[in-house]
Amino acid sequence: MKLTINGEDHQTDISVLSELLVSLKYEGDWLATAVNGELVHREDRPGFALNDLDRIEILSPMQGG
Amino acid sequence: MLDLYGTSVSSRLLLGTARYPSPAILAEAVRASQADIVTVSLRRETAGSRTGGAFFELIRTLDVKVLPNTAGCHTVQEAVLTAKMAREVFATDWIKLEVIGNHDTLQPDVFALVEAARILTGEGFKVFPYTTDDLVVAERLLDAGCEVLMPWCAPIGSAMGPINLPALRSMRSHFPDVPLIVDAGVGRPSHAAIVMELGFDAVLLNTAVAGAGDPAAMAAAFTGAIEAGRTAFHAGMIEPRDMAVPSTPVIGKAVFS
Repeated sequence: MKLTINGEDHQTDISVLSELLVSLKYEGDWLATAVNGELVHREDRPGFALNDLDRIEILSPMQGG
Repeated sequence: MLDLYGTSVSSRLLLGTARYPSPAILAEAVRASQADIVTVSLRRETAGSRTGGAFFELIRTLDVKVLPNTAGCHTVQEAVLTAKMAREVFATDWIKLEVIGNHDTLQPDVFALVEAARILTGEGFKVFPYTTDDLVVAERLLDAGCEVLMPWCAPIGSAMGPINLPALRSMRSHFPDVPLIVDAGVGRPSHAAIVMELGFDAVLLNTAVAGAGDPAAMAAAFTGAIEAGRTAFHAGMIEPRDMAVPSTPVIGKAVFS
C-alpha cells in the first residue's frame, strides 16, 4: 500500500493509523493527525483503517507568532 | 483587566514564541514580559523526533494560556483543518486565524478569512482573526461570530509600526466595545505605546522581541510601553496645537524695563 506521509511517499503493509504511528516511532500526546484532509482524533486512531493512496498529515507543536 | 471570550487577563501583551535564539531565551522573554498569552503553531513532525514534544513541555512550564495560530495557511480548507488539529493538540478552542493571501506582503486573504471564521465559530472555536484595518471586513468578521479583532498595523515582521493611524483611529471609534488587538508590524516599544494611546486593548508581537539583542529586556520594555500607552489613553491626552503656549503662567510676571 502506498501512502503519502507529511508529503513524502511511503510503502507499508500496515493498515491501521495507530499502528502506523508506532511503526514509524511517532509517539507522545502532542501529535495531531489528519487523513485526506480530515482530522482523525487521538481516540479514533486505533480503529482507523488506511487505504492505498491515503494522504496522512502528522503535526506537532512548534514555535509560532 | 482585559476580557477575551470570557477569559480575563491582566497583561495586554500577547507574545509570539518563534525566532528566539534558544528555548531558554524564549522562556526568559516570556517571564520578563509577564504575558498571560503566548502564540504557538503546528508543523509536520519528523518520524522519531521529539522536537514538538520538547517545545510543548517548555510551554507547559511557563504557566501561560496558549493561542494556537494557523500561520502558513493559504486556503479556508487548510486553515479550518489546522485549527481543528490545534484544538486536538493544545486542548483549547482559541485560534488565531490567519489565511494568507499574498506571499510578499503576507496580507490576509480577507474573503477566505471571513469564510473560515464563520465555519470555525460554528464549530465552537473562539476566533482571533488576523485581519487588516478595513472596517467592512471587520464588520463581516463580527457577523461571522468573532468577538475579538486583530488588525495589522503594518505587514508581518516589517517592524514599521503603525503606518495608517487614521485607519486605526477609525477602527477604534467604530467598534468601541470590541476587544481590538494590534497584531503584526510592531517593531519598537514606542509603536506599541502609540496604538495603546489610540485606545487599542492589547498588542500581539513576536519578532520585535525575539530578534532583539536582549529579548528578555526588550520584552520588559514592551510591557512598560504598553502599560504607559494604556494609562495615557485613560488619563486623557492633550491635543497638539499649531502655536506655542507658555507652560509657565505669565500673570504676575515681573517687568524689569
